[in-house]
Amino acid sequence: MQGYAFDIAHLLAGSLVLVSFMMIYQDRLYALLNTFALQAVLLSLAVAWQAYIQGAHHLYASAAIALVFKGIIVPWALHRIVRRLGIDREVETVTGVVPTMLAGMGLVALSILLMLQLTQSAENAIAREDLAFALSVILLGMLMMVTRRTAVTQVVGFMSLENGLILAAAGAQGMPLVVEISVAFSVLIAMIVIGVFLFRIRERFDSVDLEALDDFRGERQ
Amino acid sequence: MIGANALFAVLLLPVSAAFLLALLPDYRTSAWINVATSFLTLLSAASLLVLERPEAGIYLHVDDLNIVFIVLNTFVGFTAAFFSASYIGHEIETGRVTPANLRFYHAMYQLMMFGMNLALVSNNIGLMWVAIELATLTTVLMVGLYRTHEALEAAWKYFILGSVGIALALFGTILVYVAAQPVLGEGMPAMVWTNLIGAADRFDPAMLNVAFVFLLVGYGTKVGLAPFHAWLPDAHAEGPTPISAVLSGLLLNVALYALLRFKLLIAANAAALAPGPLMIGLGLLSLVFAASMLYRRRDIKRLFAYSSIEHMGIIVFAFGMGGPLANFAGLLHMVMHSLTKSAIFFAVGNVTQIKGTQKLDRITGLTQSHPALGWGLVLAVLSIAGMPPSGVFMSEFLVVTTSFSRMPVLALILVFGLLLAFGALLLRLTGIAFGTPTGEDHPMTGSLVPLWLHLALVYLIGLAMPTPMVEWFQTVAAILG
Repeated sequence: MQGYAFDIAHLLAGSLVLVSFMMIYQDRLYALLNTFALQAVLLSLAVAWQAYIQGAHHLYASAAIALVFKGIIVPWALHRIVRRLGIDREVETVTGVVPTMLAGMGLVALSILLMLQLTQSAENAIAREDLAFALSVILLGMLMMVTRRTAVTQVVGFMSLENGLILAAAGAQGMPLVVEISVAFSVLIAMIVIGVFLFRIRERFDSVDLEALDDFRGERQ
Repeated sequence: MIGANALFAVLLLPVSAAFLLALLPDYRTSAWINVATSFLTLLSAASLLVLERPEAGIYLHVDDLNIVFIVLNTFVGFTAAFFSASYIGHEIETGRVTPANLRFYHAMYQLMMFGMNLALVSNNIGLMWVAIELATLTTVLMVGLYRTHEALEAAWKYFILGSVGIALALFGTILVYVAAQPVLGEGMPAMVWTNLIGAADRFDPAMLNVAFVFLLVGYGTKVGLAPFHAWLPDAHAEGPTPISAVLSGLLLNVALYALLRFKLLIAANAAALAPGPLMIGLGLLSLVFAASMLYRRRDIKRLFAYSSIEHMGIIVFAFGMGGPLANFAGLLHMVMHSLTKSAIFFAVGNVTQIKGTQKLDRITGLTQSHPALGWGLVLAVLSIAGMPPSGVFMSEFLVVTTSFSRMPVLALILVFGLLLAFGALLLRLTGIAFGTPTGEDHPMTGSLVPLWLHLALVYLIGLAMPTPMVEWFQTVAAILG
């Protein structure tokens, strides 16, 4: 049972990292949103599996939040926003796909080296692997946030980062408050999504391109 | 028993007021309810000083360290609410906000106070994180209150950087739990602060090291330490001025408090890395960087926002150095900075109302045209620049002398940064305060009472710090190790 439980947990956590890589090379916004929805579904499976093997029933709530909120509602809302804003052109990247992928591989290697080294003494192999994968997802999410220019892709990067956090929290044996943290993050994300919407529609900005923000240092005369 | 009630009052008063204020349409009534609630919260917090403290639970506790922060937090929360009540009505007249915006603003103000108070009294690292997130969210909403292009950009930037910051802090928190779980067992006990600190020497040191790095970067972003400070100047400059005062005076302290808690935890484990050098490095970097940035500012609120980064740098440097004297200096400097900086923002609120602009080159001769405001601002800026006899001088003097005796080379960098900032602030001050008044001259509505009250406290403490306060801070400094 232990080996079987471990294999499934390993498979699900590993596929989250894989989907993070897939998100890095998407060049259409709709495709990116679909990939993100896939990651959210995988996350909810991973969390539900942790709930099952740890016998921690509160984690099912986190899994349900991941599935319904991040797997369905947020991608759907973002689809609508993208259509309303008419910004389904190619995703603008700061660097090319190849350097970003290479950087991503470096980050994953780094996090696995770091976390496996760190948790050598831990008796719980599932927690170790989960932490290593979770840190990879977090770092890949951050990478996406810095290599993408538009607000919507940055939001997707942030949500992917947050998937890594929930994976880490679920993998930490018996950690309390995971549901509360999922809810807190959901509120945060809901506000970001609403923010993207308002930012553009209410104020009629020319672009949600974040490079425009770089011009703004308050020193405009 | 009464102590426990006072503790609950510190939390329940703001949260129930937030709901009440969300329902009230008239902003004048709301503004005074906001003041009254803040005052009652301050009284409850102050009563915790004398009453018997409630026993630490799994969620909440009061000890010698957080009581300093709670009293300071509720005090500045009250004076800022008072200033806001006299100030914010004017913003409706100029058409920058609508009454509906203000209803939202007052509800958010109390929700933000709730978030900050909860973060300070929480005995649970998970709850503390959720509370800091709540405080961040509410301040983001208030920074964007004016709905202008610039305000929304500032709010967005704050939102994204703040979110990444607290996300990293959460990963650090999870790692602390993972380190604690083999020792303290599964579940809630391994997240309770009072348990963690007692057992920290048995945690896996390597795990604590990595956790601390994440926590330092995460909460350090919220403290506004360079190079994670990018959100801070925009957020201060574009939000309503009472909120700038609260951001600088309080929210930065709350994040600092979280950082100090985890510093204590790492320091309690002899095998883990020493947290001091990391904090000293970031502190000095923030100080020198922000001090040199002060010269190029053209916006008055942005100028003082950079000055906040500079002072947070000094405080983090002092706490990083550690030891009773440096901790005492850091603690005192934190209190003095909060009082002085919020006083400056109260003055700046009035200045921008009078001149109708935040541009430094269009603000001149305030001491001639508005003596009470102008001289108040002069005294406040002299204080923040570190001139005697203000309390800021005393705490900076303590930081400098301690660092000269312990690490002379770093002390040189510290003094260089302080002088750099001093020069920039004085240069700007002469332009703002003296010369012939030019430009627009609108009536001023904001009250000057909070400004002068803060100044009186800062200079009083600078001239003669009361003995009970010295003893109190010495106890806290000893706890901080």
